[in-house]
Amino acid sequence: MNQSFRRTEKSWVRRSLTGIALVFVLLFIALPMFLVFGEAFSKGWAFYRDTLSQSDAVSAIGLTLLTAAIAVPLNVLFGVAAAWAIARFNFRGKSFLITLIDLPFSVSPVVAGLMYLLLFGNQTALGVWLDNHDLKIIFAVPGIVLATTFVTFPFVARELIPLMQSQGADEEHAALVLGAGSLQTFWHVTLPNIKWGLLYGVILTNARAMGEFGAVSVISGHIRGVTNTIPLHVEILYNEFNIAGAFVCASILALLAIVTLVIKSFVEWQQHRSHQQSLRRSGIAAQSLPSDSTGPVTALNPL
Amino acid sequence: MTLLQKQYSVLPGFGLTLGITLFWLSLVVLIPFAVLFGWASQPGIDGFIKTIGHERVIHSLYITFGSSLLAVLINVVFGVITAWVLVRYSFPGKKIVDAFIDLPFALPTAVAGIALTTLYAPNGLLGSLLMPLGIKIAYTPAGIVIALIFISLPFIVRTIQPVLEDLEPELEDAATCLGASRWQIFSRVIFPAIAPALLTGAAMAFARAAGEYGSVIFIAGNIPMVSEITPLLITAKLEQSDYEGATVLAVLMLLISFLVLLLINLIQRWNNKRNGMN
Repeated sequence: MNQSFRRTEKSWVRRSLTGIALVFVLLFIALPMFLVFGEAFSKGWAFYRDTLSQSDAVSAIGLTLLTAAIAVPLNVLFGVAAAWAIARFNFRGKSFLITLIDLPFSVSPVVAGLMYLLLFGNQTALGVWLDNHDLKIIFAVPGIVLATTFVTFPFVARELIPLMQSQGADEEHAALVLGAGSLQTFWHVTLPNIKWGLLYGVILTNARAMGEFGAVSVISGHIRGVTNTIPLHVEILYNEFNIAGAFVCASILALLAIVTLVIKSFVEWQQHRSHQQSLRRSGIAAQSLPSDSTGPVTALNPL
Repeated sequence: MTLLQKQYSVLPGFGLTLGITLFWLSLVVLIPFAVLFGWASQPGIDGFIKTIGHERVIHSLYITFGSSLLAVLINVVFGVITAWVLVRYSFPGKKIVDAFIDLPFALPTAVAGIALTTLYAPNGLLGSLLMPLGIKIAYTPAGIVIALIFISLPFIVRTIQPVLEDLEPELEDAATCLGASRWQIFSRVIFPAIAPALLTGAAMAFARAAGEYGSVIFIAGNIPMVSEITPLLITAKLEQSDYEGATVLAVLMLLISFLVLLLINLIQRWNNKRNGMN
C-alpha cells in the first residue's frame, strides 16, 4: 500500500467532524441517559429503596417480568422458525412474507394497542362472548402480553435472517450427508453458529418487551397495582409530580438498556472474532490446496 | 405456481417452520390488522372524511408528519457525519460512542420522554441555558422534534455504516489521481454510493418517528392545535369511547406510512434500474 497517497481529509476537517459527531451523540443520546441516573439518586439511596419497595412498584415490576416471560419465548420460537424457513429455503412469496414480518416495525404502538382493543373489546361478538365467560383480555394481563408480543414480533427473526443467509447452508448439508438427524443438525450445527446473534435478538426483544409503553398504555386501562407495568408506573409517578420517584423506576429500565448495549457489543466482538478465525482457516485451506480444486466446491453452494 | 411453494432442497423442516411462522404471523399480526381495517370500513367514505376534516385532526397530522420530517432531515445531516466519523476516523472512546448509537433502540420511550423533558424544561439542565436566549423547547413543537431526533438517529447511522465500510478505496484513489478534492470525492463518489442506504434509513426513521408516542407525550405539552400529535389524538378518542374515530385516524396513519415506504421502494427500484442500464 502506498502510504504517501492521501486518502483522508485535512486534519482540521477530521477534528471538527469528530467534534460535531461527539457533541451531537453526547448531547442528544448520552446526556438523557446520564440524567436518568442522576435524578434517580438525587434523593439518596434510602428514597431509591423505598420507591421500589412500594406495593404498586413491586406489582408493576412483577407484571413486567411476567409479560416478558411469556412474550419473549413465544417470539424467540417464532423468530427461529421464521429464520429457518426464510434463510434456508427458496419459495414464492418469500419477500412478501418478510414484508409482513416487518409490519409491526412501521405501526405506531398506539395503533397496535387499538387493534387488540377492537378485536377483544365488548363491541364485538368475540368480546361479548369472552365477557359472558368471564375471560378478561383487554384491561387485563392477557391484553398486555398480546400487545407486547405484537410490538416485539420481528426482532429475533430480523436478527437471524441476515446472519443465517450470510453463513449459508453448507454445514447443515454436510451434517445431513454424514447422517445426522434434523434435530441433531439444528442442535449441533445451526444453533452453535447462530448463538450470538440469537442471544442479542433475545436480549433486544426482552428490553423492548419490558419497556413497551404506547401499546400497553392503550390496552391496560391503567389499573393501579393490577395492570401497571414499569413504564406505566413511571408515567403515573411523573404525572403525580413525584419526579424523583419516576426516575427511580426509569433507572431500572435504563439499566436494562445499558445491559442490552453491553451484550450487543460483546456479541459483535464475538462475531468479528469468529469471522477472523474462519478467514484464517480458509486462508490456510486455500494455500494447502491446488487453486483449481476450490472451483467445483463453491459451485455446489446453492446460494 | 402456488404461493409459498418451495424449490427442491435436502434440508428438513420447511413445512414445520413455515407453519409456525404463518400461524404466529396470522394470530399476532394479520388478524388484528384485518379487524382494524374491517372497523375502518364501517363509517364509510363520508364518515372517514368527516373525521379527518376536523381542524384538530388536520393540525395533529401536520404536527406529526412535519416534525417527523424535520427530525429525519436533521438526523440525515448529523447521522451521515456520525457514521462517517465512526467508520473513517479513530479517536479515544470510539467503541463507546458507537455503542451509544443503539441506545434509543434499547431505552424505553417513556424513560427517554421524562429524561428529555427534564433536560429541556425551563428549569432543566439545557432548558435553563436556552431560556435567556428566548428559546423554549419543552412543551412546544420544538420538543417533539427533539424527542424524534433521539428515537430515529440509529435507523440512519446503522443503515449507512455498513455501506461506508464496504466502499472500495480504489474509487476514491482513482478520483484523487484525477485531481478531485476531498469534497468533490465525497459529493460525487461517496455520497451517490451511500444515497440508497441513506434513503432507506430515512424512510424507516420517518415511519418510526411518525408513530412515536411514549417519548413525545411527555415533552410536547399536548396542547390541542399547537403540540398535539395524531397518536395522542387516537388515545383521546379512545378515552371518549369514540372507537370509530380512533380507527379512522389509525388507518389514515398506516396508509401515510405505507405510502412513504412504497414511494421510497419505487425510487430505489428506479435507481437500481438506472444504474443497471449504465
